[in-house]
Amino acid sequence: MDFIIPLLILAIPLFNFLLLGIGGVKMSHRLAGTIGCIGMGTVLVLSYYTAFNYFFSGNEAFIIDGVRKAATIFNVTWLEFTKNLVIKLGFLLDPISAMMLIVIPTISFMVHVYSLGYMKDEKGFQRYYAFLSLFSFSMLGLVVATNIFQMYIFWELVGASSYLLIGFFYTLPSAVSASKKAFIVTRFADLGFLIGILILSFYTQTFNFADLTNNPQNVLLSTGGATFLGGSVLTWALVLIFTGGMGKSAMMPLHIWLPDAMEGPTPVSALIHAATMVVAGVYLVARMFPLYLMEEFALQFITVVGAITALYAAIVACTQIDIKRVLAFSTISQIAFMMVSLGVARPEHHEALGYMASMFHLFTHAMFKALLFLGAGALIHAVHSNNYTAMGGLRKYMPITHWTFLIGCLAIAGIPPFSGFFSKDEILSACYSQSMFWGVWMSIVAGMTAFYMFRLYFLIFWWDTPDYSHHHHKPHDPKFAMSFPLLFLATVSVFAGFIPFGEFVTWNGHEYTIHLNTVIAVTSVVIALLGIGAAYVMYSKKNEWPARLAGLVPWLWTAAHHRFYWDEIYLFITHKIIFNGICRPIAWFDRHIIDGTMDGFAYITNKASVAIKGFQSGKVQMYVWWYLIGALLLGAITAVCWM
Amino acid sequence: MESVGSIIMYWIIALSIVIFSVLTVTTRKILRAATYLLFTLFATAALYFKLDYEFLGAVQIAVYAGGIVVLFVFSILLTTHPGDNSEKLASRKRLLGFSAALVTLVVTGYALISRCANVFTRLPEMSTPDMSRIGEVLMGTGYGELLLPFEAISVLLLACIIGGVVVARKR
Amino acid sequence: MGTIIWYLIPALVMFCCGVYGFMTRRNMIAMLISLELMLNAVDINFVVFNRYLYPGQLDGMMFTLFAIAIAAAETALAIAIIINIYRSAKNIDVRDVTRMKF
Repeated sequence: MDFIIPLLILAIPLFNFLLLGIGGVKMSHRLAGTIGCIGMGTVLVLSYYTAFNYFFSGNEAFIIDGVRKAATIFNVTWLEFTKNLVIKLGFLLDPISAMMLIVIPTISFMVHVYSLGYMKDEKGFQRYYAFLSLFSFSMLGLVVATNIFQMYIFWELVGASSYLLIGFFYTLPSAVSASKKAFIVTRFADLGFLIGILILSFYTQTFNFADLTNNPQNVLLSTGGATFLGGSVLTWALVLIFTGGMGKSAMMPLHIWLPDAMEGPTPVSALIHAATMVVAGVYLVARMFPLYLMEEFALQFITVVGAITALYAAIVACTQIDIKRVLAFSTISQIAFMMVSLGVARPEHHEALGYMASMFHLFTHAMFKALLFLGAGALIHAVHSNNYTAMGGLRKYMPITHWTFLIGCLAIAGIPPFSGFFSKDEILSACYSQSMFWGVWMSIVAGMTAFYMFRLYFLIFWWDTPDYSHHHHKPHDPKFAMSFPLLFLATVSVFAGFIPFGEFVTWNGHEYTIHLNTVIAVTSVVIALLGIGAAYVMYSKKNEWPARLAGLVPWLWTAAHHRFYWDEIYLFITHKIIFNGICRPIAWFDRHIIDGTMDGFAYITNKASVAIKGFQSGKVQMYVWWYLIGALLLGAITAVCWM
Repeated sequence: MESVGSIIMYWIIALSIVIFSVLTVTTRKILRAATYLLFTLFATAALYFKLDYEFLGAVQIAVYAGGIVVLFVFSILLTTHPGDNSEKLASRKRLLGFSAALVTLVVTGYALISRCANVFTRLPEMSTPDMSRIGEVLMGTGYGELLLPFEAISVLLLACIIGGVVVARKR
Repeated sequence: MGTIIWYLIPALVMFCCGVYGFMTRRNMIAMLISLELMLNAVDINFVVFNRYLYPGQLDGMMFTLFAIAIAAAETALAIAIIINIYRSAKNIDVRDVTRMKF
């Protein structure tokens, strides 16, 4: 395959970023928005072409005897430190990167279009589009990385653009602290990622994914049975790399940044913090999956972390007031689904069904979660508040938003024939096939998903209609620029489930035919309907049920409402223990010892200069005297000593 | 053995250097000081000629005697009124200056004489360096050839011309 | 008469005259003239040592050549400054130019 188009896919967003970042100040909003949308639209077309080519062209580079291959389109040496330590940048095309080439430009383009309406007349509109382009570039670079170091570079770049976009409203203190929090937490996790990369590449002498995953046995051998603190180094490396994924994908206990990241503009939340960047952790594990298969412990770890996170986030989502926070916790929970799915995937059970299911869910989740966020953006635009307490009965005022939001909720709840049903069903099948325990656990979480999403839906669109008359206009559906993405994504959410995903994406490239397990499918639909029913009973009309139910277990409700005090725990550890125990002594040392030394030097210099400044009399001939005396003394000494 | 003419020539040059130098710094009329400087420079040029550096002697006359001294004379005419004498020096100051010069003379002279009195007793034979050789050394780029300093000097001179114009022009 | 010292002594005397003049004269142009004396004395040293030690080479002579060029540049600039000072102070006494002290 020609390398021009893949190169353009990366180059256009980067060019747009530079163009809008440097020249944006001089542009009108309309021009900047048009440039951003056209650029992203071009990328969309090129990526679709590339992905289509990969899946359907039958080219020998991509598929041989029905087995899909990973194709390196180009791979250029970027930095060559030593013969072994070479960092390359390239473009890797395999089933999952081709799938991401569909997901990312689609969502990104929708968000670009949506933002034309949503961000209209905001200060810094051009900057916003520049950052969106930067993010798109980084995310695309991340998914097509040919080696783990390139992935790390783009991994940090998406982190940086996420930071920039969360803090887009930089005059709001809450946005600033949220962006800092996101950056620091993910940075902290990336430290683990980097150490993992270094351990892995130290033993295997390579960064290349192809070398690592084509022959995982060799990787295991290359570590030579070295161990550290009771675990093999490979386990350590994989768990540490997964730590990076935990940070980006907001797994417990590093999830605390994602709810706060909702301070950014809503389209950004849809693009970065729901559909694309936060699934980078899942993508990372999927990318290294053959290696993870070598280490049972790492997979167990992923499963446990994912399962706990899924349950935790689902509970918290039931009690949040801010609709974007609900969606954020729902995102955490859904990503945890994908993680669990990867964690339970084993080649011996249905040919690692979990891997396929995870990627499938990634795909469908990206679509319906972006839809839900964009819908939430439309709602926030209409009522000028993030809280559902300011909403209610909106189905009469905003029919388009209502119907699309409902589709999103049905999809995430797992009601057939919406897309979420299929992907979630595969995940549950994978869980049950590996262990009954995780299967039941995840089924419960799936039921809670249906409950909290429909709780949100009913509270926004039904419940009780508040008095909208104090708004200067009644809530209404957004303009075309904002409603088109909603309609498009809703359509995708309805039909995406019928994609025969197993034919395209499997862990080893072999085709896998999806067959629904009737028992599991029926059970999960019943559970989802139960959740929806409960939500309907409690929230369809204004009543006392929710308050009474919260009153039954007040401690649980309060704890969940405060997200089980994770933020407070972090604050306690950082402020009370780290700041007092470590930072204060260091600060004291810096202020008194180091600064004191420097101040002392400055004081001495100052005093000495004052003492001798009289020599600088301005009388040239006096200077000559001093000079001559010195020169003669030196001359005399030289003459006498070196006779 | 050197010829008598050469010895006489030497003494004329050496004596005029010494006498005119002393006169340059002791006369109270500034224009006369410039004139005596001119003579000193001429004597120096003669010394160069005697040492067979004819090109250098010519440069000395052209640049120093012809250029710099004229510059001095011009500036003296610009900044002093004709007939002005510089004020008489206080004897203390003169004594101080004299002793400084004397100490310099003694220290340096001691160093020179103690080292050079008995070495290099004969002037080595040397033919006058011809112009093409000087030109090659000045404009060459090889080892020990001086194109880079030559260019640097040209830039320096340009800077001085501009600087001189800027500093001295009327505002 | 052929010994190197006979050429160095006049240069030394010339240099000391320059030192004396530079330390005692008040007129800045006179100081500049003394400076030229000192420079010239040094030039002679270069040439003489070159002539005696390395008669076949031109290094000392080239040094002198460049020194002359730089002296010309320096004099031109110094005189420009002196004229400027004269224009503002109507005087070129070095004792009056003490504004550049601490």
